[in-house]
Amino acid sequence: MVEKIETGHSFSSTVQPKAEVRNLNFYYGSIQALKNINLVVADRQVTALIGPSGCGKTTLLRCFNRMHDLYPGNRYEGEILLDSDEVNILSRRVDPIEVRMRISMVFQKPNPFPKSIYENVVYGLRVRGQAKRSLMDEKVEKALRSAALWDEVKDRLNDLAFNLSGGQQQRLCIARALATEPEMILFDEPTSALDPIATSSIEALIGGLKEQVTILIVTHNMQQAARISDYTAFMYLGEMVEFDSTKTIFNSASKKQTKEYVEGRFG
Amino acid sequence: MSGENLQEIREIISRAKLWDRIFAIVGLLSMLVGIITLLALTLDLAIDGVPRLSGQFFTSFPSRRAEEAGILSAWVGSILVMLVTGLAAVPLGIASGIYLEEYARKNWIADLIEINVTNLAGVPSIVYGLLALGLFVYQLNLGQSILTAGLTLALLILPVVIVTTREAIRAIPSSIREAAYAVGASKWQTTWDHVLPYSAGSIMTGVIVSLSRAIGETAPLITIGALTFIAFLPDAPFKGEFPFFSFKWLMSPFTILPIQMFNWVSRPQAEFQINAAAAGIVLMALTLAMNAIAIYLRYRFRKNIKW
Repeated sequence: MVEKIETGHSFSSTVQPKAEVRNLNFYYGSIQALKNINLVVADRQVTALIGPSGCGKTTLLRCFNRMHDLYPGNRYEGEILLDSDEVNILSRRVDPIEVRMRISMVFQKPNPFPKSIYENVVYGLRVRGQAKRSLMDEKVEKALRSAALWDEVKDRLNDLAFNLSGGQQQRLCIARALATEPEMILFDEPTSALDPIATSSIEALIGGLKEQVTILIVTHNMQQAARISDYTAFMYLGEMVEFDSTKTIFNSASKKQTKEYVEGRFG
Repeated sequence: MSGENLQEIREIISRAKLWDRIFAIVGLLSMLVGIITLLALTLDLAIDGVPRLSGQFFTSFPSRRAEEAGILSAWVGSILVMLVTGLAAVPLGIASGIYLEEYARKNWIADLIEINVTNLAGVPSIVYGLLALGLFVYQLNLGQSILTAGLTLALLILPVVIVTTREAIRAIPSSIREAAYAVGASKWQTTWDHVLPYSAGSIMTGVIVSLSRAIGETAPLITIGALTFIAFLPDAPFKGEFPFFSFKWLMSPFTILPIQMFNWVSRPQAEFQINAAAAGIVLMALTLAMNAIAIYLRYRFRKNIKW
């Protein structure tokens, strides 16, 4: 299946594909935002989507959890297959809620609910009908530990989430996304609203998370992509220009556009 | 920068500041016109009416003798009518608001409905009275009852409740909705767990403000045939014997505070004018109390929410 990728890249034998984007076109009304995208997201690796503003990287990310279904006039063509069971998550027959239960998301700006820290983390479980207190307590602790937030908040789980700092709020949102044990987490420029110290703690966190979950991250910060990702896809004007291991993209990209972008000559 | 230039800039600034000062004075005067008039009216009402406020005034039925007359049937009527109004308008209005904002497709029909609802909020109240007379009194045979009055006022405030609900819901940032959807919540879960609780303060504020408008409405209730002289109370809603509650009061004839006031004002005797002023104070106190509750609720609910 890997041979289908136009960029010609193939994974090393230890890495399995998690999701495959095949000939994806996406339209906002009559405007085509994504043009014939092909991409393989590697299982339990970090894949970064980079490119200048308006290149469609966030649009592509939001296809993975059918966020576009929330707004009228949006249309998908093509497939995103989850390799675990060959389900095309873009199919009309697949309920977007089912997709979002398997693939969770962390947004650009921290968006905790105006509720307690505990209630924020546990909301995904509540949606799944979970009401057993002991089990929820356990999952909250596990998620907060994975998000490197447990030690800072364990004594005030019932405090309002808004009382946390920006970086802590974003880690809380990561814990919320982790609590339901998704197969994949989408990060949409998760550090763009944070200061450098909070940014580096989130980056370190993402590096550790890939052992348990597949990560797809959009970033406009090339250094960030270089630091944390294993694979990088460079997009431009709604098209996938080049996809390869991060090392190759940043050191010996095969396309001129990619080279110019990662060297900071445009974008 | 040359000295001449600086001179010019200073002149421009002083001219701009002159307009600042002129507007500050005009604004202050305009505000004083409103405030002073209101204060004068309230004081006048208070001077006339306050001495008349006594336990007897609240516990007596209207009477031909001014000093024996009271507002018992009027305040009980006002409260019962408000109860029906609230119970009818609040669920209907909030449900419609949620539907229009979260569920309905955004197309020209939705736009048409939006324009109509907004226009309905501006229809003169007596028109609602005529509608209610035709619909509730003659068609549905509900009589000139508390039920009819409550439903009439519910119709009157329904558009306002719908509009406030929509505005309150619209103020919830889409990032919060997306956060809920992203963990797999359905539309109803997102609405019930997040959108409604976070907008509840604003919705309730709107509801209470519209109820406090309804409590002062007179014209539509005169149109449906509210009586001006009621010397009995409606059936009690709770009973000593099985089944312990009763809905007979809904069909009872009634009067309300503003109609009682109107009745007293139209009497020639000065003593009745004093009764009217006292009833006016009670009505104003009710309205102010409702607004105070609204402000408190808004404060309580907003305290924990920062977008």
